[in-house]
Amino acid sequence: MQIATTSRILGLLLMLLSLTFVPPLMVEQWYQDGYLLPYFIPFTFTLGIGFLLWFISKDHKTALRTHDGFLIVVLFWLTACFVGALPLCLTFVPKLSFTDAFFESVSGFTTTGATILTNLDQLPHSILYYRQQLQFLGGISIILLAVAIIPTLGIGGMQLFRTEISGPVKDDKLTPRITQTAKVIWGVYVTLIGLCALSYWLAGMSLFDAIGHSFSTVSTGGFSTHDESFGYFSSPNIKLIAIVFMFIGAINFNLHFLVFKRKMFRVYFQDPELRFFTRLFIYSIAIVLIALLVYGAHKHSPILAFDAFFEICSLLTTTGFNATNIPFPGFIPIMLLFLGIIGGCSGSTAGGLKAVRVLLLQKQGTREIRRLIHPHGQYAVKLGDKPIGPRVIEAIWGFFAIYFVVFILLLLMLLAVEEDFYSVFTALVATLSNSGRGLGNVAVNFSSLSDYAKWILNFAMLAGRLEIFTILVLFSPTFWRR
Amino acid sequence: MKIIILGAGQVGGTLAEHLSIDNDVTVVDTNPDRLNDLQERLDIRTVCGPASYPNILLNAGAEDADLIIAVTNSDESNMIACQVAYNLFRTPTKIARVRATQYVAYEELFGSDALAVDMLISPEHQVMQHIKRLIEHPDALQVVNFAQGKVQLAAVRAFYGGPLVGHALGNMKKHMPHVDTKIVAIFRRNKPIIPTDDTIIEPDDEVFFLATPSHIDAVMSELRQLDQPYKRVIIAGGGNIGAKLAEALEHQFHVKVIEHSLPRTQILAAELNKAVVLHGDAADRELLLDENIQETDVFCAVTNHDEANIMSSILAKRLGAHKVMALINRSAYVDVVEGGDIDIAISPQQATIGSLLTHVRRGDVVNVHSLRRGAAEAIEAVAHGDKKSSQVIGRKIHEITLPPGTTIGAIVRDDQVIIANEDCEIAAEDHVILFVIDKTRIAQVERLFQVGITFI
Repeated sequence: MQIATTSRILGLLLMLLSLTFVPPLMVEQWYQDGYLLPYFIPFTFTLGIGFLLWFISKDHKTALRTHDGFLIVVLFWLTACFVGALPLCLTFVPKLSFTDAFFESVSGFTTTGATILTNLDQLPHSILYYRQQLQFLGGISIILLAVAIIPTLGIGGMQLFRTEISGPVKDDKLTPRITQTAKVIWGVYVTLIGLCALSYWLAGMSLFDAIGHSFSTVSTGGFSTHDESFGYFSSPNIKLIAIVFMFIGAINFNLHFLVFKRKMFRVYFQDPELRFFTRLFIYSIAIVLIALLVYGAHKHSPILAFDAFFEICSLLTTTGFNATNIPFPGFIPIMLLFLGIIGGCSGSTAGGLKAVRVLLLQKQGTREIRRLIHPHGQYAVKLGDKPIGPRVIEAIWGFFAIYFVVFILLLLMLLAVEEDFYSVFTALVATLSNSGRGLGNVAVNFSSLSDYAKWILNFAMLAGRLEIFTILVLFSPTFWRR
Repeated sequence: MKIIILGAGQVGGTLAEHLSIDNDVTVVDTNPDRLNDLQERLDIRTVCGPASYPNILLNAGAEDADLIIAVTNSDESNMIACQVAYNLFRTPTKIARVRATQYVAYEELFGSDALAVDMLISPEHQVMQHIKRLIEHPDALQVVNFAQGKVQLAAVRAFYGGPLVGHALGNMKKHMPHVDTKIVAIFRRNKPIIPTDDTIIEPDDEVFFLATPSHIDAVMSELRQLDQPYKRVIIAGGGNIGAKLAEALEHQFHVKVIEHSLPRTQILAAELNKAVVLHGDAADRELLLDENIQETDVFCAVTNHDEANIMSSILAKRLGAHKVMALINRSAYVDVVEGGDIDIAISPQQATIGSLLTHVRRGDVVNVHSLRRGAAEAIEAVAHGDKKSSQVIGRKIHEITLPPGTTIGAIVRDDQVIIANEDCEIAAEDHVILFVIDKTRIAQVERLFQVGITFI
C-alpha cells in the first residue's frame, strides 16, 4: 500500500471531478433557477479536498501498483457518489433525504437509471440536467478521462484503466500509449453523444431534452427528464433513434474506433462478441413477438410490437428507459429482466455480466458435453479463431460464481426488511445488472423501498458497475496485509 | 516515433524498456506470459502471435510504424518479418538480429533488391567485442569507439597510486604535455560530477574520458597504477558468446574455455585452434584450482545463467583470480554485485542497445553508447547546415548553450581529432562527441543538432 501515491492521484481525480459541477452551474445561470449554492458548495468542497490530498503528497511520484489501483478506484467512486449526492439534497424543490440523494447519485454514476424522484416535469432545469450529466460521467468513467488528460499518471494509468474497463480481457490496448487509448475511447464516446443529440434534436426534441437524453442513451443509463420518459414523446422516430444509439453504446468502443480508423464496416461483423450480442437481440425479439401472438396481446394495442422492440433493446443494453410500463403478459417481463443480467459487450458503457463472458461460458459448456461424448477429444475454447486460455475461462467461472453468491446474499438481506418478494427480486436484478428497470412496486420508481433496502441496492449498483471483484478485493484480508 | 519490436526476449524486453520512455512501442511475441510481464511494467501495447505474419504486423500497427526491430530467436523469422514489413507496409527502417555467420558473411543478401533489412545486429558479436576491448585494456571498466575508432571513450576507476589522484584536473596538462584528453564526467559514489579545472580526483571515482586510442593507456596510468598486460584468460561458458570470444582472443592470450556440456565441448574443440577446452563445471573449485586459477589474469563468466556467472566469478575471485568479469542480464543483479567481488559486470543489453538507439534519435546522430546501465549516454552527432540554420555551427564551444549535465568532449573533422576546449569552433559536417549525464536531457541535445526548419 502506498498511501502517499494513492492520496496524490485521488487528489488529482477529485480536482478533475470538481470541474464537473461547472456545467450545471452554467445551466442554472441560463434558466435562472435560483439554486446557485447547491452546485457551488460541492464544487468548492471537492476542489478543496482534492487539492489538499494532492498537496500533502505531491512529491511522492512512485509508480502505481495494481494494489493501489483498486483502492483508488473504489475510494474515488465512493467520494464521487457522495459529492454527487450533495446538489440533490441541498436543493429544496425535490426535498430529498441524504439516503435518497445518495441513491440517485449512485444510480446516475453507475448508469443504472433507477430513480426515486417523482414529478420530474416540475423540477428545475439545472437538477434535471445534473442528473443526466451524472450518467454521462458514469458511462465511460471519469477515471478514464483522467488517464487521458493527466500525463503524470504514467504507467499508473494502466492500473487504473484495468480496474475500470469492463470485460474479461483487459490488456487490449488500441494504441501503444495508455493515455492515447483513453483519449480514443473518450473521443468515440463524445462523438457518439454528439451524433445522438443531433438526431434527437432533428427528430423534434427540444435542445435541452435532446442533450439530456443523448447522455443517458449512449451511456446506457436510463434517466429521463420526464416522468413518462420516452412515453412523453409521441414520435416513433425518437424511439427508433434511441434504439439505435442504445445498441451502439452497448458495443465495444474499441470496435467503433477500429471501424473508424480502418474505414471497414466489416470489423463489426467479424467480432464474435458482437455477433453473439446481435444474435441474442434477434432471438429475443423473435421469442417475444411469437409469445405476444400466442397470448393474443396484439389485439389490444397496435404498437405493442414496436414497444417490445424498444423494451428489449433498452433492457439488453442495460439502459432501462421506462417507456411503456411493460404491459406484457406472461413470462415476458421476467425474461426481459434476465436479458439485463447478460448485458452488453465488454468495453462498452453497458452493465450486466457482458456478452463475451456468457458466450465463453456457453462454449465451455458445449466443450464439456463434447468431452463426455469423446473422452479422448481435445477441444479448445475459441473466440472467433483465437483460442482462449484456461486462465480467462477460470476467471469467468470465478466471476460468475461470485456474482451468483453476491446476488443470493443481497437478496436475503433485502428480504429481511421488505415484504414483496417480486419487487425485491426484480429491484436487485435491476441494480446489480445496472439496467435500472424493476417490476411490481419498483416498476417506475424505487421510492417505496425502505432506507435500509436502498443502501443494499447502492452496494449492488456499485458492485455491478465495478464488476464485483474490484470491490470484493478490498474486503479480502490479504489486500490489507503488507 | 512509432516502433514495433518483434520478440520479447531479453534483448526485446530491454529495448522496450529503453525506448518506451519517449516512443510509442508495440511488442510482438508468441508467448503471452512474457508479454503480460512487460505490459505490467511498461506503457506499451502488446500483440501475441508469430512475428512475421502480415495480419499480426497489421494488428501491431505496421501501417504507420517508423521502425521495426526484429529480435526474435529465429534469424529466419527476423529476416522474413522485415521483408513482409517492407513489401506490405513500406516501413522506413527495418533492423533484424541475425546471428548465423553464414548469413552475415554475404553482403549481397541484404539490400533493397534482396532481403529488405536496413541494419543487421548481432548482440553476441557486440558483447564479444565489448569484452574483447575490456581485456585489451586491462584497467578500463568500459571502452567504446567513436568515429570508426578514431576516438575512444573509456571509463576507469581511480586508485591510490595514480599520479593525478588527489590533484586538481587542471594539473593534468602539466603531467602529460603530449597527451590530449578530456575528462567528460566523474561519478563519485554513483553521483555525477561535472568536472572543472578545480575538481580534485578522489580514489574510487569513476572517471570517463575521451582520447585517441593510442593515448588511452597513458591517461589511465595517471589515474591508477596500471596492471600488467594480461596473459592468461579463463572463459566460463562455451555458448555463442564464449566461443566467439575464445576465437577472437586465442591468438593474443592463453585462453581456456570451461563448458559443462560434453557434446558442446567437442564442437568447441573442433572450432578452436589454440585455446584449451575443458569439460566441467565453472563453479567447481577443484577444477579451477587444477587450472591454476590463482595465476589467472582474467576470469570471464559468460554462460546463459546470471546466477551461475555471479557465483562462479565470486568463487574465482576468492580463489585468487586477478580480475573477474560476469555477464549479467538482469539489471537488478548488476547493481547488487558490481564493486564487490566482481570487478566488472557486463550487461549484454547495453552493448546492443547503443547501436539501435542511433536509429531512434532525431537529428543526425551516428553513434550512441549507453553508459552506466542506460543512465548516461555518449552521443556522436553530425552538425549540419550553416551558421544561420544550426544552433551549433560557427560557434565556439563556450558560446553554445548546452543542456545541464552535458559536455562536448571532442570534435572529429575529416580525419583529424580535436579534443574540445573552450575556444574550439564547430564547423559544418563536424562529428561532435557529447557526454550526457542525465538521460532526460537527451531530447534537448537532439534538438540542438536539428537544422532549424524556419531557416531553410
